[in-house]
Amino acid sequence: MSRDLASVPAGAGPTGPSAVALTPARIIAIAIAGLALVCVPYLLPNYYVSIATQVLIFAVLAMSIDILAGYTGRTPLGHGAIFGTATYVTIYWSTTLGGSPWTGMLIGVAAATTVAAIFALLAIRTSGVYFLLLTLALGMIVWGVCLRWTSVTGGENGIRGSVRPMFIATHSAFYYLVLAAVAAITFVMWRFVNSPFGLTLRGIKDSESRMRSLGYNVPLHLFIAFTVSGFFAGIAGAIYAMFNSFVSPSTVALTQSVAGLLMAITGGIGTLFGSFVGAAAIISLENFVSSYTERWLSILGLMFVLIMVFAPEGIVGRIRMILARSKG
Amino acid sequence: MDRRRFLTTTALGLAAGASGTFPMPHLARAQAAPIRIGLLAPLTGVVAAGGREMVDGFNMFWEENKSEVAGRKIEVVVEDDGSNPDVSLQKARRLVEQGKVDMLFGNLLANTGLAVANYVKGTGTPYFIPIIAADDLTQRQRIPNVIRVAGYTASQTTRPLADWALKQGYKKIATVSQDYTFGHEQCGGFAQRFTEGGGQIVGQFWHPLNTADFSPYLGQLANAGADAVFAMETGADATRFMQQYANFGLKGRIPLLGAMNMTDQSVIRTMGAEVDGIVSCAHFAEGSDNAVTRAFVQRHTDKYQKMPSLYGFSMYSGAMWVAEALKTIGGRTDDRALLLETVLKTELTGSPLGRPVKLDSFGNPVYDLYIRKVQRGSDGKFWNVPIETFPNYSQFGPYNPAEYMKQPPYSRTFQGIQR
Repeated sequence: MSRDLASVPAGAGPTGPSAVALTPARIIAIAIAGLALVCVPYLLPNYYVSIATQVLIFAVLAMSIDILAGYTGRTPLGHGAIFGTATYVTIYWSTTLGGSPWTGMLIGVAAATTVAAIFALLAIRTSGVYFLLLTLALGMIVWGVCLRWTSVTGGENGIRGSVRPMFIATHSAFYYLVLAAVAAITFVMWRFVNSPFGLTLRGIKDSESRMRSLGYNVPLHLFIAFTVSGFFAGIAGAIYAMFNSFVSPSTVALTQSVAGLLMAITGGIGTLFGSFVGAAAIISLENFVSSYTERWLSILGLMFVLIMVFAPEGIVGRIRMILARSKG
Repeated sequence: MDRRRFLTTTALGLAAGASGTFPMPHLARAQAAPIRIGLLAPLTGVVAAGGREMVDGFNMFWEENKSEVAGRKIEVVVEDDGSNPDVSLQKARRLVEQGKVDMLFGNLLANTGLAVANYVKGTGTPYFIPIIAADDLTQRQRIPNVIRVAGYTASQTTRPLADWALKQGYKKIATVSQDYTFGHEQCGGFAQRFTEGGGQIVGQFWHPLNTADFSPYLGQLANAGADAVFAMETGADATRFMQQYANFGLKGRIPLLGAMNMTDQSVIRTMGAEVDGIVSCAHFAEGSDNAVTRAFVQRHTDKYQKMPSLYGFSMYSGAMWVAEALKTIGGRTDDRALLLETVLKTELTGSPLGRPVKLDSFGNPVYDLYIRKVQRGSDGKFWNVPIETFPNYSQFGPYNPAEYMKQPPYSRTFQGIQR
């Protein structure tokens, strides 16, 4: 029965052949993208390598949001807080407590997963706009705690310190480490959304009542999906701690959750890999446009409006549609 | 469909172009090449108005000096820090790694400045902070390449105010402040000095940033039995606090003392009689009768149609300070250690303060501090007029630096209060 469900067009619009199949075209596309990413430090000046690193990290955050928004049909607005929890814990562990950054990252991811599990318990009972608002409110609680618990979080000023070990101090060394980690994480996430479990999630997205009448434990599936998604957001947050060596309440703020969601939407909800395109588009626009005009936020806003009007399925979603149409 | 396809491809092309490379041609570091200065200022976000005045003040100095120092052109690259520490950090990286700036200037909010300071600790880029007042940047966590030219530490200017308050015979004072580090430090400087002098702090009230309604605090202040109130407010909170203080009928009943930001021009230029008579302490007073200060205020008013705020004054003087140092060393920016050392040693004589200023060995200025009172000027506008001077006052005030730094930094829980 999972086959049947898989053939139901998942995500936004038709996706052509089953998403699991590795057609030659797909293998070539992945190989080209992989090769391009490997070459980044040779082609781009140093500063852009750090931007590329940031794109990879935020792509993981956007993919974790996509697991919920694109595959499960629940759009969260609290993932920035889960992401930032891992960042806070990692930096607190390695700076204030003086521990190893690697242990810090593990604890950070564990903390983020715990926060996600708590969020999940509270939020999975709802759907639609209520889910959106509930996750938003839960995220705001984390933000409030980070802002007011000055003795631990440093309040408004945040926590500073160098977290990155010496051997990955250069931009390109760190980039390759992040690239390897992100490649592995992406593969795991891709397997996850295409596993029988992932197909069940898509079934829930399409019709919760049908899945329930088929005998699936819908709340349990939602709980696991949310927690797993939070786990991946936590990994992104822990890597971000190493990238930024600094954390303040703005890392757990609502804007972070919104940024992650916008990246997923820009790339294409329900496409997983679209998150890379979305993160690249938004982060490079932020960095590029802002040096020309202080009205860069308006330009970013205009871009979102244009995407929503002309490609509501996101950049990658739209490309897939065009490809499917030209074939058919 | 064709139109749609065209738009999609155009959008993709644009996105690809945006993410593509625009490598900066590597500039030869010849003496004749321009000196590139990266200026980080909040042009969007909660403190955008102050950020604008920072840029204006900075530009005003370079325009008056034809953007040239020691035979080298000055190129100022302005980046918006969005009032956000993560964005600040990102923009600082961009300026240093891609923009190849010789030095960084700026930031307004302490959290943005601390984030950038932590970054330049690793790169060694000279970073000048005329506005960032976080105590520890020039105390316990001093970074050699971060210098507070023309700035001040938060607790530096509230200590003389405490001395002055004791002299007025105030025995009991209540404080009210925004609940973040800048407020903790300003209140801490005041509370410690005031209680050491025999005074008593009868209550301390902390409210979140952007408090719309001060009535709960004003009610408690009115009943605290204080001889005077010390308030530390910035921006819109300052405006609202002073208005509501007057509306509650406390004005005239309990004298109001404030941190310098509360009665800064950026706040009081739009206000009326409710600001009259408030006393604060600062290194700069736009209402001073010093001829040099007068001339500066006049030039600024002519150029921007408003009197200079602390933001404008500090950035103007900060630029002047570094320019003086560059003149001394013939515009050499390649030797960072020499530049930093020269800036530290430079005694600034031409600043709008109209008197010489020098830096202490921690990179923080030693000032003649004014006790200032808000009064109506001859043109009917309110400004800060000096009424008393505390000469030669460093960030440590009356304390021995080494002894002082043994005590913990000020926080909500540690205010240095003596009992």
